[in-house]
Amino acid sequence: MNYKQISSPQIHKRQSTDRIMQLVLIATLPGALILSYQFGWGVLLNLFISTLTCIVTEALVLKLRHRPINIHLGDYSAVVTAVLLGLALPPLVPWWVVVTAAIFSILIAKQLYGGLGSNPFNPAMVGYVVVLISFPVEMTTWVTPISLLPQGVSHPGLWDSGMIVFAGSVPIDGITGATPLDLFKHSKGLMVEQIYNSNRLFDNASIAGVGWEWANVAFLIGGLALLKARIFTWHGPVGMLGSLTLMSMLFWDAGSSSSPGSPLMHLFSGASMLGAFFIITDPVSSATSNRGRLIYGALIGLLIYIIRAWGSYPDAVAFAVLLGNFAAPFIDNYTLPRTYGHSQRRRATAKETDKNV
Amino acid sequence: MINLLLDNVVLASLLALIGLGGMFGGLLGYAAEKFKINSDPVIDTIDELLPQTQCGQCGFPGCRPYAQSIADGDAINKCPPGGQTTINAIAKLLDITAVPLDEEHGQEELRTIAYIREDECIGCTKCIQACPVDAILGSAKLMHTVIEKECTGCDLCVDPCPVDCIDMLPVKTSIDTWYWPSPENIPPSTTSAYTEGHAS
Amino acid sequence: MRHLWETPGGVHPPDNKAQSQTMSIGQVPLPKTLILPLNSAFDEVAKASVRIGDRVLKGQKIADIQGKLSVAVHASSSGFVTSIEPRTIAHPSGLSTPCIEITTDGEDRWIESKTYPHYQHIDPPKLCDIIAQAGIAGMGGAGFPSAVKLAIDGEKSVDTLIINATECEPYITADDMLIRERAAEIIKGIDVINCALSKPKAVLIGIENNKPDAIKALQEHCKGTQIEVVPVPTKYPSGGEKQLIYILTGKELPSEALPINIGMICLNIATVFAIKRAVIDGQPLISRITTITGQACDINRNYEVLIGTSVEHLLKLNGFNRERCSRLIVGGPMMGFTLSSTNVPVTKTSTCILAVSHQEMPDSSPPQPCIRCGLCAEVCPASLLPQQLYWYAKAADHERLQAHHLFDCIECGACSYVCPSKIPLVQHYRGSKGDILTARAEKTMASKARERFESRAVRLEKIDSQRETKRESRKLTSNNAEQQRVSGKPPLTTSAEDIIKAAQLRVQTKKISPEKQKAKLERTLIAAQIRLEEAQQRLADVLESGTVDQQTQHKATLEGAKQKVDKTQQRLAKIKLQ
Repeated sequence: MNYKQISSPQIHKRQSTDRIMQLVLIATLPGALILSYQFGWGVLLNLFISTLTCIVTEALVLKLRHRPINIHLGDYSAVVTAVLLGLALPPLVPWWVVVTAAIFSILIAKQLYGGLGSNPFNPAMVGYVVVLISFPVEMTTWVTPISLLPQGVSHPGLWDSGMIVFAGSVPIDGITGATPLDLFKHSKGLMVEQIYNSNRLFDNASIAGVGWEWANVAFLIGGLALLKARIFTWHGPVGMLGSLTLMSMLFWDAGSSSSPGSPLMHLFSGASMLGAFFIITDPVSSATSNRGRLIYGALIGLLIYIIRAWGSYPDAVAFAVLLGNFAAPFIDNYTLPRTYGHSQRRRATAKETDKNV
Repeated sequence: MINLLLDNVVLASLLALIGLGGMFGGLLGYAAEKFKINSDPVIDTIDELLPQTQCGQCGFPGCRPYAQSIADGDAINKCPPGGQTTINAIAKLLDITAVPLDEEHGQEELRTIAYIREDECIGCTKCIQACPVDAILGSAKLMHTVIEKECTGCDLCVDPCPVDCIDMLPVKTSIDTWYWPSPENIPPSTTSAYTEGHAS
Repeated sequence: MRHLWETPGGVHPPDNKAQSQTMSIGQVPLPKTLILPLNSAFDEVAKASVRIGDRVLKGQKIADIQGKLSVAVHASSSGFVTSIEPRTIAHPSGLSTPCIEITTDGEDRWIESKTYPHYQHIDPPKLCDIIAQAGIAGMGGAGFPSAVKLAIDGEKSVDTLIINATECEPYITADDMLIRERAAEIIKGIDVINCALSKPKAVLIGIENNKPDAIKALQEHCKGTQIEVVPVPTKYPSGGEKQLIYILTGKELPSEALPINIGMICLNIATVFAIKRAVIDGQPLISRITTITGQACDINRNYEVLIGTSVEHLLKLNGFNRERCSRLIVGGPMMGFTLSSTNVPVTKTSTCILAVSHQEMPDSSPPQPCIRCGLCAEVCPASLLPQQLYWYAKAADHERLQAHHLFDCIECGACSYVCPSKIPLVQHYRGSKGDILTARAEKTMASKARERFESRAVRLEKIDSQRETKRESRKLTSNNAEQQRVSGKPPLTTSAEDIIKAAQLRVQTKKISPEKQKAKLERTLIAAQIRLEEAQQRLADVLESGTVDQQTQHKATLEGAKQKVDKTQQRLAKIKLQ
């Protein structure tokens, strides 16, 4: 009579990696819907191409590495990477840009480091930065939000969008334009008031630019839902949004010509909310302890503001996240919690006498 | 004098350098004498890592001579009782690449302990003389026995025994020495099912 | 209300306690045999004081304390000792340990025992001795001998006595039912312990607030005493000793320290009850309350079980269904271990026998990669970083494991419970702890071996040099004598030729003739062959019926015998050639 011998605990919470990933995917839905409403079919095409590429790449690499494809594809981590990448890329960007970014994300940034759980950098952000640096023209052309399209012009339909993305047709005039952050970057010498008055982007909503603020609100809602479901702790997002707010308040001089924009404008434009709730909360590449995640988030918020205000790129979430990823092990080293029964905090490097790390 | 030096830059720098050289040379010489280390600490550290079975399978008469030889550049993979763990530890210490065990010197086996079949022992004391760690008790024409706690499993007592009454038996896991094996040691087909006793 | 401190982490698994609380504590029909293990949880074995065939009475001591941490064993019923040999016991390894088997005679007759109703007048050391002789060990799971805990030496003092009635593991209700039905006796037990500890300042009973009936019972009986019943929030693992101390007092037990180091003593409530029975009623620890529960049993209930009753007997009583059962657990689902067979006895630490169905605990899915989600760190009650420990455990990086305080892990299982990737974290830690302890033991062994080797070398050298000096002196005296004898004549000179000749002569006389050598070898060969045959025979026997261990052992012997035969044959062949 033989029973199985199993080490305790014998029971497990019904929570699994694939369930977490699925929840993250569901939480991106509001943001994705608002983005598609505001910027047209291009958003969905991006998501489609990037998801397809990521899944195919992941499957191929897993096959090469002799790993069970079903199990690893079934954890949805490749889909999450693909969706985040698709949401971050500008709509109507040529298909090969998306494919390059997606392949880079999965192949180089994830699988070559050992697959899920072993990647030091956020795969989606690596892919994004690679194409941002390689194809600056394609990557800085954004579609105009729906409410600002010139009279009689509308976003291209599915067929036309497909032609633009896959066949390289040139989109008609008026459907592409600058983003609010672009405006701030390239309108040196103008008072904020003047920027607001001179551009229709700030017509209907003066917070952070038409279309953008609603997309950010949608990501905020999705993020809060994930927080409620305890998929991640509040530390990362609060750290990042907090330091971003703090920095923009410090340098917000009520709208002089050298002002980089108001706190609300920074919080609700660009990829702020997407970054705060969906990218820096990627547990694999972030700091581990709660205190560490607070510091990690704050560091990224700080970097985002610095690059936005004084760097040469209008948005900076991707760069800031990668720099934060670099710093994560270092942050970990100094933020380990104090173990019960010990008076001193730990250092990850403790007793490192004969290690060459 | 000072003026002369100030005028002759070459001479001044020469003198300064010679002076400095002399000073630091003296200091180093003093330090070398004062803080002299009599035995090579590397040998001690290597010796610490060796299993101290004193079995001689490496070709040296004991662990310390082999440690000495490793310090002088010998291969680190000649110790079967220590096995891969010891090789890795020494490789880490000396910052060289760990290599697999040299099969010429023997294979890594389960730890064994010598047992004398006491009714067959004739009391010849040959094993007592062979034991490098004095782990066998007995005297001439009287039965011998192995002190289990002290036996290193070196095998050296087996050959000298004229009546061949010494067995090398693997150390058994008892309830006190048993511990859960790490999950990797479990066959993948039964990831969490586990039926056999674990031999440490 | 007493201020309570909150521990970090913790989980809230479904408690599943109601199903075993529908009935009062039941009695178990006397089993035919009782198996009483002699080991304690701390590597020490009690010394059997009876022999096979002896008649024993209920409550009679059958094994004495031997060494500090062993526990006395008593016959749980009257009968005859039928064997003293290693038996499989309830232990995660499924290995065996020496046990005394008693075949009961059905009379269940008590031995005459001494009661101490006036325990207040007994000296603490004497009280401790009574408790030790009654074989009382921690009944919450660890099985630490209680008398050792209570025997305080002069320097230390106890100002807080903590009674652990939290019972934070799901399913288990043994303590809860014990309190509900026997609160008065428990309070008396606390008074006995108070006397043994010379009246500590505070006595706290920590109990989770999911047991309102038990709390009420305790509070009623504690009226007018200094005992304080403290309901604590329900959160696993609030019943861990370190956790409970923190919750109740806000003090942390320093790493590797015992509660006594900070003036506290922690006892399980079932142990308190056992101490009351031992001192006031003169009954040694021969039974305990055990919960039998799980969907693979038709009846879920608590029983007063005689120590040594087999699990099989208990399961049968409760309508156990083998087909329905996915695993059999001793203890709770968070820290309990699985049994490989039902033929093992209930021990002093068996709080619960949990026979779960496949629906209750399905087989776990294979582990996925760690995504560093940090849920484990959030629930760790010791504020460790379980995922970091996991990476280091996988890399067998012992130094970093220790730097990350692996040994402060209480193995509560909260991290594995929440892990979304289903990684058996606790098992990784257990394996690593074992590896580290083994490595430490090997290191001590190696340094001991080195010491012995070196002192042997010194001794051999000394003997050599002594021999040398003796030879020198003998030579000198003989030379002198020679010179005296042949005085007048020129002294003898020894040429090199002479020395060689003498040496050759010596060798010649020493050398055994080839015939003799051959004869000896032939004898050895015959002996070796006989041994080989014997070994083959024995191996064949065990291959049919023996354990794996035995098989490998006999295989090794056989291999050795074969080699010996080969070697002797070779040597014989060599001589024949010459």
